[in-house]
Amino acid sequence: MTAVADNTAVTDVVEAQPVAPPSVIRPKRARSITSLWPLPVGFLLILAAWYLLTLRMKPNRRFLLPWPHDVVSKGFLDGEAMGEILASTWLTTKLAVFGLGVSIILGGTVGILMYRFKWYERMTFPYLVALQAVPILAISPLLQIAFGYGFFAKSVVCIIISFFPIPTNLLLGMKSVDRGMLDLFDLHGASWTTKLRKLALPNALPSIFAAFRISAGLSVIGAIVGEQFFQKGDPGLGQRLTQYRTLIEYERLYTCLIMSSLLGIVVFIFFGWLSNRVLRNWHESAQH
Amino acid sequence: MTAPHPGPSGLSLADRSPSLGFHHISMTFPDGTVALQDVSFTVNAGEFVTVVGPSGCGKSTLLRIASGLAQASDGTVSADTGSVGYVFQDATLLPWRTVRSNVELLAELHGLPKAERARKAEDAIAQVGLDGHATKYPKQLSGGMRMRASLARSLVLDPSVFLFDEPFGALDEITRERLNDQLLELFAAKRFASLFITHSIYEAVYLSTRVLVMSARPGRIVGDFAIPFDYPRSPELRFDPAFSELTGHVSAALRGAHR
Repeated sequence: MTAVADNTAVTDVVEAQPVAPPSVIRPKRARSITSLWPLPVGFLLILAAWYLLTLRMKPNRRFLLPWPHDVVSKGFLDGEAMGEILASTWLTTKLAVFGLGVSIILGGTVGILMYRFKWYERMTFPYLVALQAVPILAISPLLQIAFGYGFFAKSVVCIIISFFPIPTNLLLGMKSVDRGMLDLFDLHGASWTTKLRKLALPNALPSIFAAFRISAGLSVIGAIVGEQFFQKGDPGLGQRLTQYRTLIEYERLYTCLIMSSLLGIVVFIFFGWLSNRVLRNWHESAQH
Repeated sequence: MTAPHPGPSGLSLADRSPSLGFHHISMTFPDGTVALQDVSFTVNAGEFVTVVGPSGCGKSTLLRIASGLAQASDGTVSADTGSVGYVFQDATLLPWRTVRSNVELLAELHGLPKAERARKAEDAIAQVGLDGHATKYPKQLSGGMRMRASLARSLVLDPSVFLFDEPFGALDEITRERLNDQLLELFAAKRFASLFITHSIYEAVYLSTRVLVMSARPGRIVGDFAIPFDYPRSPELRFDPAFSELTGHVSAALRGAHR
């Protein structure tokens, strides 16, 4: 902060001028100072809680929740462990991205069809809800019979878990088009596809991005769950979790857990960034 | 987009061919509400007709019928128009488009080539005095500016008939009066046939060549006033005794309509 310690910057940092709209006047730096401190504080709090929990465990049970510094040294800093965990993370990432991609394409199609045909919405919606509520564990034998053990079987689990938000949010966004705008398009003889392209879909963008963020996180969970069901094939994070639990290598297990969280955070941030970029000029949800 | 209409530049006050005619229009909604009852009048080219009436008297329904957005349950509408400009109560700008892109929208829907679209949008933006704001998004504009952008959007198609559905109702008085003057300038330049809806008597008399008073539901025409003042009209007209007298008459008719 010393680099900007000239007078104007300092006064602005201390108190943004309340006269003008804050988004215009308040400099970026002031914002980042006030908004960044919770991150390290939150991290330290969680770390402290972890140490406390481990401390309170009986020494002979401590392997279940190893010290954080042991996780770092035996997981993250161990070349061999980190090598295989990174390779697994990459596999899981590919699986999650594929599953999310299919969810987006299929879900988008279903959403648009539901918007176009009321009867299709009536017909499909109950099963979407049912699909979301279905216990994956219970149908895993079915999936295995239908799809085998491979990449595709795993991605089906991932798709089932990450699918629901896409069509439902898309539909909500398209249905909330302003009545007057629809009148305007009707008045000038716009076709249904024109209304879809120039009105309904852009209008749904904020809710689509909200859905992407939710589904992206779900797709990581889905990929790991899928890998845990179908243990065969190249080991992703899901297989590693099972493997390390069996071998009682809990430091590595927690490394895997942290990696999967990081993966979830990365996709979440990516879609947040994309959403802000696309919506920044017109939608209230975007930050400047 | 081959409008049979010769275009507004050839029109003058003397041109009295009816641009928009309502013939015994009645409107009953499916729930049995009678919104309009036997409404007949015409709006000629170069005329500025305003309908004033209490809220919910079916004024807006009249515009929806005129534009084809709604079907009258009885009666006919005649419109000799190539293109109708419809300015809604809200600006209804697409928030994800810039002002320029919003103004181009209708030309886009009608399939005009890109270069022509851009040129016409440029002209329309200048006509409503929004030059310099073309690349802004609606969120960045004031209510008055949004309404002007909405007006520019309709101007692009050079409509021979303009329908205004309480376009300035949500604006503060100062902005509203400024926009009234701007609208009159456009009207003087283009001489489109205008059908304007408002609940402001002052606005009605100030803008119009003719003011119609509508009763509460079911909506009927209960007063018809010719407004004799010449265009261009200056803001001082609002304080002219003759102006006050006319608004008094309209107001009396409106009060009668409430009974």
